[in-house]
Amino acid sequence: MKTKSIKNLWVHIPLILLALCCLLPFLLVLAISFSDEATISNYGYSLIPLKFSLEAYRYVFEYPQQILRSYGVTLTVTSIGTILGVLLTAGLAYPISRPDYKMKRPLSLYIFITMVFNGGLVPTYILLSQYLHLKDTLAVLILPMMVSAWNVFLLKTFFMTIPISLIESAKLDGASEFTIFFRIVIPLSKVGIAVVTLFIMLAYWNDWFLSLIYIDNDKIVSLQYLLYRIMESVTFFTQSSGAAKTMMGSMTLPDETVRMAICVIAAGPMVLIFPFFQKYFVKGITIGSVKG
Amino acid sequence: MKSSAAVTSGKIKRLSQKKNRSLSLRSTLDLSIMALPGILVLFIFNYIPIAGILIAFKNYNNRLGFWGSEWVGLRNFEFLFKSQDAFRIIRNTLGYNLFFILLLMVCAIATALLLDSVKRKISLKIYQTTFFLPYFISWVVAGYMAQTLFEFDKGILNQFVKMFGGENVAWYQELKPWLLILPFAHVWKNIGFQTIIYYGAIMSIDQELYDAAKIDGCRGVHIIRYIVLPLIKPTAIILTILAIGSIMRADFGLFYYIPNNSGMLYEVTDVIDTYIFRVLKQTGDVSISSAIGFFQSVIGFALVMITNWVVGKINSENALL
Repeated sequence: MKTKSIKNLWVHIPLILLALCCLLPFLLVLAISFSDEATISNYGYSLIPLKFSLEAYRYVFEYPQQILRSYGVTLTVTSIGTILGVLLTAGLAYPISRPDYKMKRPLSLYIFITMVFNGGLVPTYILLSQYLHLKDTLAVLILPMMVSAWNVFLLKTFFMTIPISLIESAKLDGASEFTIFFRIVIPLSKVGIAVVTLFIMLAYWNDWFLSLIYIDNDKIVSLQYLLYRIMESVTFFTQSSGAAKTMMGSMTLPDETVRMAICVIAAGPMVLIFPFFQKYFVKGITIGSVKG
Repeated sequence: MKSSAAVTSGKIKRLSQKKNRSLSLRSTLDLSIMALPGILVLFIFNYIPIAGILIAFKNYNNRLGFWGSEWVGLRNFEFLFKSQDAFRIIRNTLGYNLFFILLLMVCAIATALLLDSVKRKISLKIYQTTFFLPYFISWVVAGYMAQTLFEFDKGILNQFVKMFGGENVAWYQELKPWLLILPFAHVWKNIGFQTIIYYGAIMSIDQELYDAAKIDGCRGVHIIRYIVLPLIKPTAIILTILAIGSIMRADFGLFYYIPNNSGMLYEVTDVIDTYIFRVLKQTGDVSISSAIGFFQSVIGFALVMITNWVVGKINSENALL
């Protein structure tokens, strides 16, 4: 019994350390957002607020326009992007899951190539900004991320578990391919759809890259981009000279606690919600990696 | 292209071997219509930019556009490789990525092995959820967290330094620590995801193998060495091939937000992707950034193919494609 508990200790100590590494930064940001600004300035950050204060949140909710607008942008982009993304992904995944579809091989290859070959930032930027004129539009935050080959192949493996005989018998009853797809295949692949939905949703919610490249308009600032902009202005401020500082004035910068409060408000909901769907993420990751 | 066609066909062959039913024209058409929107989106946002890498050989001019700009051969590449930046960003990108691949693999396998010996369901669940948390946030948010650690006056790290009687360290200006901070941040963000993959692989090992090994007197470390590790090797190989395929692509967010885009740190934090971004955003200079982008795409693609080929030579079972 004794050796067993010692062995257990050796298993749990590294795991607990790792868990703390993963968890503490979250708690730290949370603690700072609930701290008193002056105390932070004097004593530095701490994991437990030395002096508890709701001032930061009060400040944020007193001028909620920017946060609300950013929530609006992120929610719009995430919901439209996820719905379209799932539809398009399923539309690609289903045909290549059908052994009797003639174009299966070329289509799979067509999708696969996008996984290993990529034009990179510069040509994409020129295409989107010069030719498609998507700069400073909501569309630029949605369209480029809609389909990812990884999600298509992931969903395909779920579709492939549906017995072909089921599809064939539906066809004998006179159902069209579309009816079969929406009435039989989708309802039978709820887990697969859920998995892909979550991956796409997470990607949209957390995206800042497209905003960074294509958005200059102050009206289309998503949550992530808002956080970026705040961070950027702080960096600019702290790195600029004294003269520039006096010119900018001290009012332009949100306080430390306010910044962290905005961070909590922006990232918090998803950090709380996603773990509840962890089962699906785990499923997706395991299946996705097995299929390569 | 040909080699990738050949390699994917193997995968597809396995699936279609069952029975080759032919489909009516109507059904084929319907299925194609379903795929059409996705095909179009991939065409516009993935395939056109692939063709667009040819601007690396042009003197791109906004007014003249892609077709109107003149061809300049390898001039952009000459510029690029004459600049001191090229060496630095390629070295950093490759160096970090190689280190990342190795470190993450070791950490994830170790964590998965440790999790495997946790028998209580509830503890297992708590560990997994916690390790997975960093996966759910963006690098921007991670950047905020990094600041709470590295801030000069108030940061947690400097509080520790002071506690042990040291002088405050200007983390955003010191080069050396970043050689460890960046790999740490990478592992931190991805450990949950990778551990799940390896844990899944370990779980799928047949219990009979363990029993047989135990009958033969195999214990503890030996079971890991002779049963578990060999059986999760294919998983490790697939993940490594995938990772090597993107070895020329740096995780932009990590290198941009964690060091807070601090100019003093570029020597150790500047990678191809942050460089392209900066050049494009600040100077609008397309020629150099497109040259390095071309380099990145082509080398990346070649690396996937080469790695896959090498793995296939050694052990065709483990090849990815």
